[in-house]
Formats: sequence, C-alpha cells, structure tokens
Amino acid sequence: MLYREAGDFKTSYVADSQTFPIRFDRWGYYAVLAVAFGVVPFWIDDYWANAVFVPFLIYAIAAIGLNILTGYCGQVSLGTGGFMAVGAYSVYKLMTAFPDVSIVIHVLLAGLITAGVGVLFGLPSLRIKGFYLAVATLAAQFFLVWLFNRVPWFYNYSASGQISAPERTVLGVAVTGPNADPWAIYMICLVFVVALAWLARNLTRGALGRQWRAIRDMDIAAEIIGVNPLRAKLSAFAVSSFFVGVAGALFFAVYLGAVEVGEAFGINKSFLVLFMVIIGGLGSIFGSFAGAAFLVLLPVFLKNVLVGGLGWPTDLAAQIELMIVGGLIVTFLIAEPHGLAQLWRVAKEKLRLWPFPH
Amino acid sequence: MPDTLLFAIEVSLNGLMAGVMYALVALGFVLIFKASGIFNYAQGVMALFAALTLVGIQQGQVPFAGLINAAFGTSVHSFGWTVPALLSIALTALVMVALAIAVERLVLKYLVNQEPIILFMATIGLAYFLEGFGDVMWGADIKRLDVGLPQGLNLVIDEATFGMFGYGFYIDNLDIVATVIAAALVLTLTVYSQYSRDGRALRAVADDHQAALSVGISLRYIWVLVWAIAGFVALVAGIMWGTKLGVQFSLSLIALKALPVLMLGGFTSIPGAIVGGLIIGMGEKLFEFLVGPLIGGATENWFAYVLALLFLVFRPQGLFGEKIIERV
Repeated sequence: MLYREAGDFKTSYVADSQTFPIRFDRWGYYAVLAVAFGVVPFWIDDYWANAVFVPFLIYAIAAIGLNILTGYCGQVSLGTGGFMAVGAYSVYKLMTAFPDVSIVIHVLLAGLITAGVGVLFGLPSLRIKGFYLAVATLAAQFFLVWLFNRVPWFYNYSASGQISAPERTVLGVAVTGPNADPWAIYMICLVFVVALAWLARNLTRGALGRQWRAIRDMDIAAEIIGVNPLRAKLSAFAVSSFFVGVAGALFFAVYLGAVEVGEAFGINKSFLVLFMVIIGGLGSIFGSFAGAAFLVLLPVFLKNVLVGGLGWPTDLAAQIELMIVGGLIVTFLIAEPHGLAQLWRVAKEKLRLWPFPH
Repeated sequence: MPDTLLFAIEVSLNGLMAGVMYALVALGFVLIFKASGIFNYAQGVMALFAALTLVGIQQGQVPFAGLINAAFGTSVHSFGWTVPALLSIALTALVMVALAIAVERLVLKYLVNQEPIILFMATIGLAYFLEGFGDVMWGADIKRLDVGLPQGLNLVIDEATFGMFGYGFYIDNLDIVATVIAAALVLTLTVYSQYSRDGRALRAVADDHQAALSVGISLRYIWVLVWAIAGFVALVAGIMWGTKLGVQFSLSLIALKALPVLMLGGFTSIPGAIVGGLIIGMGEKLFEFLVGPLIGGATENWFAYVLALLFLVFRPQGLFGEKIIERV
C-alpha cells in the first residue's frame, strides 16, 4: 500500500531519470544513510566494527569494482586479490614516502595506480574472451603476489616481509594504526563507500555504462553499432581496478593494519569477491552490497551457532562453512542465476500490487 | 659435455615428467569440456577428494568421525582394519561414480541451457563444497598415501648416464610410472571414444547436443558417464600427486596449474592437454633454473600463467584448439 508510484508525478527529465523513482525507495535510501551516518557511529564497538561493519563496507567497494568489470562489461576476472594487493602496497609506499599528505589522497592515488595496472592486464581482453580471459587474469593474481613477496623495495626492506600501516589522521582523528577508534575507521570506510557507490551508479547508467553493457551482451554486435571495444573494455578494467585498488588500500591501511601478501590477497580473496558478485547479482550495485553483506555475515553467524552454540571445534566449523558456502552458491545459481538483486526486484514488483493483485 | 648443459638436460627431463603430472589433471578438464561444454573447476578438488577417500578406505577410517564425535560426544576414529590397495582403489572408483551421479542429479540437471559462465561458477561452488565435504568426511590432516608405487632414484638411468657422460641423472621412479600410466590412459580413452558404442555417443554429444538428442542419445546418461570418467582420471591424478606430495589441501591447487596447460593446448584437444603439460612442465623448470636465481626465485608460481597469457595473445584458441568462429 505504501510502495506504489500512483500520485508520484514526474514533471521534468531530471525527475524522470532519478535513481530511486519511487518515493518510498527514496525515503528508504535517505533513512539508511541517516542511520549509517547518525546512529551507528555512536554505539559501534570494537567487535561490531572489526567483525561486521568495516569488512562489509570494504568488500562492498571491491564487489562493486568487480561487478563493473564482470557484471556490466562481461569480462570475468580472477585477479581481484592481486589488484587489491596493488592498492595495499601502493598506499603503503605512498604513506611512508610522503607522511605529510592526507591519507585520503593516498588512498585515491593508490586506486589510480591500480587502475593503471588493471589496464595493463586488461590488454589481452581485446584478443581473448570468456574462460580464456578468466584464466589469463590468474596470471595477474599470481604474478602480482609473487612480485610483492620477492621484491624488497615494495615492503621497504622490512625483516618480516610484512607491511604495517603507520598512524595517520583525518581532521585530527586517527584512522589508521593501532590507536584508531572503531567509529573513526567505520566513518572513513563509510564515506568512501557512499562516494564510490554514487559514482558507480551514475557511471553505469551513463554513456559509458551503456557501452559496457553492449559489449557484455554481444561484443561483435556492439562493435557494429559503433562502440569502440578498446575504449569500452579498457575503461571497464580501469574503473573496476580503481575501485578494487581503493578497497585493497582500505583493507590494508584501515582494517588489517599489517599484511602478509600471500595470506591477505591470495587467490581465495579473488574467489570470495567473485562469489559476492554472483550471490548478490551480476550487473547490480545493490547486489554488490547484498552479496558482500551475505558473505561477511554468514561466517560470523555460522561461527556463533556452531562454535558458540553447539560447542564444535573451530576447524570442523570452518570445513562445514566451506560446504555451506559452496552449497549455497550452487543453490543460488539453480534457483536464481541473477542473485539477491533479482529476488529484491521480484519482491518489489509484487509489493507494488500488494494487497490487491489483479 | 659441460656441466651446465648436463644440468639443463636433467632439469628439462624432470620438467617433462612434471608436465605429465599436470597433463593428467588437464585431461579430466578436457574430457568434461568436450562432452558438455562445462569448464569444470572442481577437477582438482575431485583429485583431492579421490585421494582422501582412497587413504580413508585403505586405513579403515570412520567417515565423518569428526562430525560424529562433535555431535554425540563419542571418540570414534577407525574401524581398526586395513583394506588392500587394489580393493580400496576399486571402492574409491565406485565412490567417484556415485559422485558423478549425484552431481548430475543435484546440479547439472537444473542448469541445462544456462550460459557457460554460470555453469563454470556452479563448478566453483561445487569445488568449495567438495573441499569442505572431503575434510569433514576424512579429516583435514596431511596423510601419507602408499599404494605400492615405486619411488625414489631410478638406478638404471642413473648408472647408464653416469657411464655415458660421467654424471648420473636423477629421475624419480614415480615420474616414470606416471608417464607410463598417463600414456596408457590416453591410449585407452582414445580407443574407447573411437570404437565403443558409448564412446561414439560421447563424441556425438561433444559435436552437437541437439543433433545427438534427436538421434536418441540420452544426454543425462552421457553426462554421468563423462563425469564418472573424469572422476576416474581425477583418482589416477590423485594417486600420483598424493604419493608424491602427501594427501593435503595443496593438491587441489594443482587444478590451477592445469589451467594454463589447457590454455596452451586448447580446451578441446586431448593431445593438446598432453603437449601443453609437457611445454609448461619443461618451461617452468628451465626458467626457474636459468632465470630464477637472477630475479629472486620461486618463479614457478606464475611462469605458467604468464607464458599462457603471452601465447594466447598470438593464438587465442591454443595450440590444438578448434578455430573460434564468431557470428552475430
């Protein structure tokens, strides 16, 4: 009854093409933003920040990035972990080389550097497609991780081979290093997420996004109607890598603080982000959030039930978690190949008619 | 002959042998890809699962011991018997057939006509599931696999080469056995698909699903058959790799190594899988030997992928793959 478009008249093109055309959606979006900015920072504690909110926000950025490449442009990538590592090591080198510059600028620069690397590894996509490309991106994953492991310049010749984030402040509040408060790290991630999601949403429905989708649906046909595949594919790689690089930078500097590259940015991270995109929904910004939330919350939930509730050993719980994640992915693909976002869309369609369907 | 050259020859021989091991895994991929167009990411995990099951049966472990103990507070571990190697291999083969039937019934049946990328992702899900399932069933600790295959230095080759060059080559017996078995496997599969009734049906399905259906070939039966054969190949690969490295999680990662092999050889060609395996195996060992020390070592992690990547830019369908023709 509340969710309907009756009486919601659009009188300008701007109003007609807005992101949330239905009033209820729009107010829902404002309400979520208000809670995220106005309520959560005041009661958030260490556990909630580190176990739920911060990983969710950072993975959401990475998932949006991969979704732009895979969901919107149709180029499957298994190199997300490697690109996150580029972001992390770039921000580390920048932080230690220019301590006076703001961390926000460093994170954005790290994103740009990752975009450059992404374009480089995206070049083969002009020749090869589908599975072949997916496997080719594995080259990026393994080569980049090896590079950061073996070339001491990247980790400033530290004895352990690890990198750890020095303390940096934004507006006088510490956001990295051991002294950062939970609300501070939550806020900086939230600001990045909101800004980047806004950017992604508007990019994907603009001219560039239409080109990406044309390439995804059929690249030869897209070429015939005048889409330049070089521009479209490489711009998708660049934008996607920018998002993933920012996610990697935040993951290292704000969330973990200290990182060993093979462990934090290995092949499993690539798959994790890919699963978020699949479960959430290919080609949907909302889906990226839903998928990230689902795969961040699931292990927390399972751990609480199996280890906390039933008292099973942690390794058994981890194995069962693998089974459940794998099973869920297969179930999702069978039941709804377009993911949580599609379920949400169907639910909204139903809600419009509720309680009086034709 | 100078020493470096001798070393290089020894390294390339060992690389060839390692390549055979990669080819064993790649073979399973090719079989499934040809017959159903599915890129089966779970092949490596199937090898791990097969090896785990083999060890479990051989040593008389109680399946799901960890789960039973956690749920009921008991402490069962093993039945207290051991099963002869050949019998346990046969039993494991049966388990792999059951797995093939289960995969067809529970997953593939519902995904007919979906895009290839969806099927690929489904097999990634399957890989995760199997990995967890294998660990829950048999425990995650590293196990030793011994079915009586010879291992260690081959004395005959060592002495013969010592007599010729004054330097004995180190060739592992297990690698020789693997090569022989791989050759036998490829030969059997070729003969089977060429001359048997099922083999002909299999090739028909690989050629064209709809045409095969229209002449009365049951797609579902063929899929079960192909997955069972791939399961058997996974078992062979699992035995070889398990004997070499011990049965542990990293076995499933050899699947990732098989991917560049496939790209090099082409996804649709059985000889391609073998040749690709040999090139990758020899290339990465030689590269590590010649260039590795200059740039920090451990190049084996990425060499295969970068080689395949560069190669694909020039020949997108791989060495032996069918030419990719695209229509709008």
